Amino acid sequence: MATAYTPPEEGWATEPIERTEIIWIVLALSWCLFMFGWMIAWHWIGNQNMNNEAYRTTPEAYAKKVEDFTAKYTVRQDASDPSLPVVAPPPGSDVYLAASRWQWRPVLEFQKGKSYRVHISSLDWQHGFALLPENINFQAYPGYEQVITMTPNKTGTFGIACNEFCGIGHHIMLGRIYVKE
Amino acid sequence: MAITTAQSPFRIDPLTGMRIDLKAQALVKINAVLAVVFLLVGGAAGLLVALTRWPAVHLLPADLFYMALTAHGVVALMVWIIFFEMAVIYFCASTVLSCRLATPGWAWVQVVLMTVGAAITAVAILQGNSSVMMTSYVPMDAAPHFYLGLILFAVGALIGCFVFLGTLVIAKEEQTYKGSLPLTVYGCLIAVIIAIFTIASGAIILIPTFLWSLGLIESIDPMMYRVIWWAFGHSSQQINVTAHITIWYTVASLAFGAKPMSEKVSRTAFLLYILFLQLGSVHHLLSDPGMSSAYKIFNTSYMMYMAVLASMIHGLTVPGAIEVAQRRNGYNNGLFEWLRKCPWGNPVFACTILSIIIFGFIGGITGVTMSVEQVNMIIHNTIYVPGHFHGTVAGGTTLAFMGLTYYLIPVLFQRELILPWLAKIQPWLFGIGIAVFGVALMGAGTLGVPRRHHDMTFAGQALSFEWPGMAYMMMAVGEIGGVVSVVGGAAFCVIVVGSILVGKKVPADAKCIVAPHADRNADKHIGMGGFEAPGTFVLALTLFVCLVLYYFINFKYLATVWTLA
Amino acid sequence: MSEMKANETKKPLTVLQRILDDQNFMLMLGLVMPTVFYTLWGVMEVATIPIAP
Repeated sequence: MATAYTPPEEGWATEPIERTEIIWIVLALSWCLFMFGWMIAWHWIGNQNMNNEAYRTTPEAYAKKVEDFTAKYTVRQDASDPSLPVVAPPPGSDVYLAASRWQWRPVLEFQKGKSYRVHISSLDWQHGFALLPENINFQAYPGYEQVITMTPNKTGTFGIACNEFCGIGHHIMLGRIYVKE
Repeated sequence: MAITTAQSPFRIDPLTGMRIDLKAQALVKINAVLAVVFLLVGGAAGLLVALTRWPAVHLLPADLFYMALTAHGVVALMVWIIFFEMAVIYFCASTVLSCRLATPGWAWVQVVLMTVGAAITAVAILQGNSSVMMTSYVPMDAAPHFYLGLILFAVGALIGCFVFLGTLVIAKEEQTYKGSLPLTVYGCLIAVIIAIFTIASGAIILIPTFLWSLGLIESIDPMMYRVIWWAFGHSSQQINVTAHITIWYTVASLAFGAKPMSEKVSRTAFLLYILFLQLGSVHHLLSDPGMSSAYKIFNTSYMMYMAVLASMIHGLTVPGAIEVAQRRNGYNNGLFEWLRKCPWGNPVFACTILSIIIFGFIGGITGVTMSVEQVNMIIHNTIYVPGHFHGTVAGGTTLAFMGLTYYLIPVLFQRELILPWLAKIQPWLFGIGIAVFGVALMGAGTLGVPRRHHDMTFAGQALSFEWPGMAYMMMAVGEIGGVVSVVGGAAFCVIVVGSILVGKKVPADAKCIVAPHADRNADKHIGMGGFEAPGTFVLALTLFVCLVLYYFINFKYLATVWTLA
Repeated sequence: MSEMKANETKKPLTVLQRILDDQNFMLMLGLVMPTVFYTLWGVMEVATIPIAP
């Protein structure tokens, strides 16, 4: 009799398939097709999707945008770290967040229920945007900026950590978003 | 390719009756031994990583931690596994087909290139200037010899692939087998095809990166790098999946005399792997800028989840084949008598069954869920990811390879296992350790704990973020599981090296250990309700229910976070 | 003769076996599919990202 390590018996390609396998294949295939449909459908029925808006840029050009944005909307210095400006952009506006070794700048202040077009890019190496404790994660590249429209649905103090290894200071790289009523 | 014309000498193995090409045997042995040596190195680095990420221990300072993590990734994920895969493909092409190995000289070039390459990269890492993680994302830079070592290693592996393909040509010409390839060899062929794509992708991206590190190329686009690097990085895990599934089929036949339930179904599932499995490389790019949803959805789902379907088929047919063989052998009562009567104390079987369970329940379910375009946003780059891939690569691949090693020691090294009591518990130590590690880390990742991170407490930072206590507990439990698995891995290395060096020689008149072909119930109806493998079907349904529930739980969680558009 | 006839009536399955047994064709599929759908399409996606306004 054939085994896995001996050649199959002649006519193996025309042997009937046993019931256990047939039913399992039908079940698994149905689920696979469902998952495929569901992932597409979530673009309409779900509220968490990427819009895939992105641009090619340079670290210098992006740093300039962040600087202008910060200068325009800074409301105070952060209480935890007075060297950091807290920027409160108007709802609906473009927000520029920069990752660099090893911090996220600037600190942001949003209003709950309002939408912001958050741009994310890096000024040096690759970084990872990790919003805590929401646990929303995006890749940050130098030379590319991506835009995600974020609408906070709760108030509080949210941390931004870095979750892409970016050198020896990776674990001290932090930022912050305050969300007010 | 130059094919040597001189006939290689063979020996007939007393334990299996197999006709073994002595030149191939030497090559399988050297690759397997080098694999185990590197497993020891990778495991030691893994222990240091575990003891640092265990918050209460926090052993290493940041620089050493990132160095150890880079070493662990490169050695445990690439070097150990690919060396062992070379042993597997040489064994399958020559011994299983009773054929001489093509161009043994080139196979030795493979051994030397891979060893030298791995050593060069290891030195680069230990010198401290190449703590760039296995992925070495540009523009972060490593020392030039970090890339050079990887390139030499990959070239060696590619030569091994061609030796395998050449051996298939010889076997066909010399008619050492009739009809289609045995499933074992067929699975290896699939793995080798995936490997060729993988290594070509690696060369396309690592050679320019090497030149860049020498200053000969000005810059490398970081996004292009990641797209092509993952055609290499992720596909290499698909080689592992294919290789360990092939080992599952093989062990089922060796230990139980099991016949694949349906050659047609299993081979078609392998065809689905060839067509779609490598598209999964996009799993790493789902949160990247500017990739269209059409591209992401098509690739992340392996074109409508056709490769997931294939894995679900293999997951049923391997235990199903064991069940049918056991039932035919007389264990035909109830749903699970066949399972109870399995040789649980035999490390070859224990490794294999644990590999199937851990790969399916921990690696598989989470992999399908986390690769959904949207769910990925709440998982990308958290410690959930290492939790998942330790379920696939350590729990799935490494355990399966361990099981095959226990089989190969008496057959190829002609030695009996030393410390049989340790060999009996070793699969359980390693398997349970990895299972706890995987599940706990996925728990921590769900709370947002980042991967590749030295200090989750953010000690002394002004913008520090306070984790819930659960996150610390999950990390502690997970890393304790990690330490247990390292103990299991060390036990494996001790048994293997010890058996090869001081194990009792297998006598020339030893009794055959290959399971007799099942026939006691050959004429009777087996199974229940028209199902030949009802117990396996129930187990598969359990997996199915877990997968469906877990899938929707993640969407429920996703629906509670900030609105993203 | 009768054997050949039996093969003819089950032609679709024989085609499946021919594909599965054709190592070179499998190698070609295994290289072309991911190269086209993952790598080339992916490179195009990156290359067509517009320049920031």
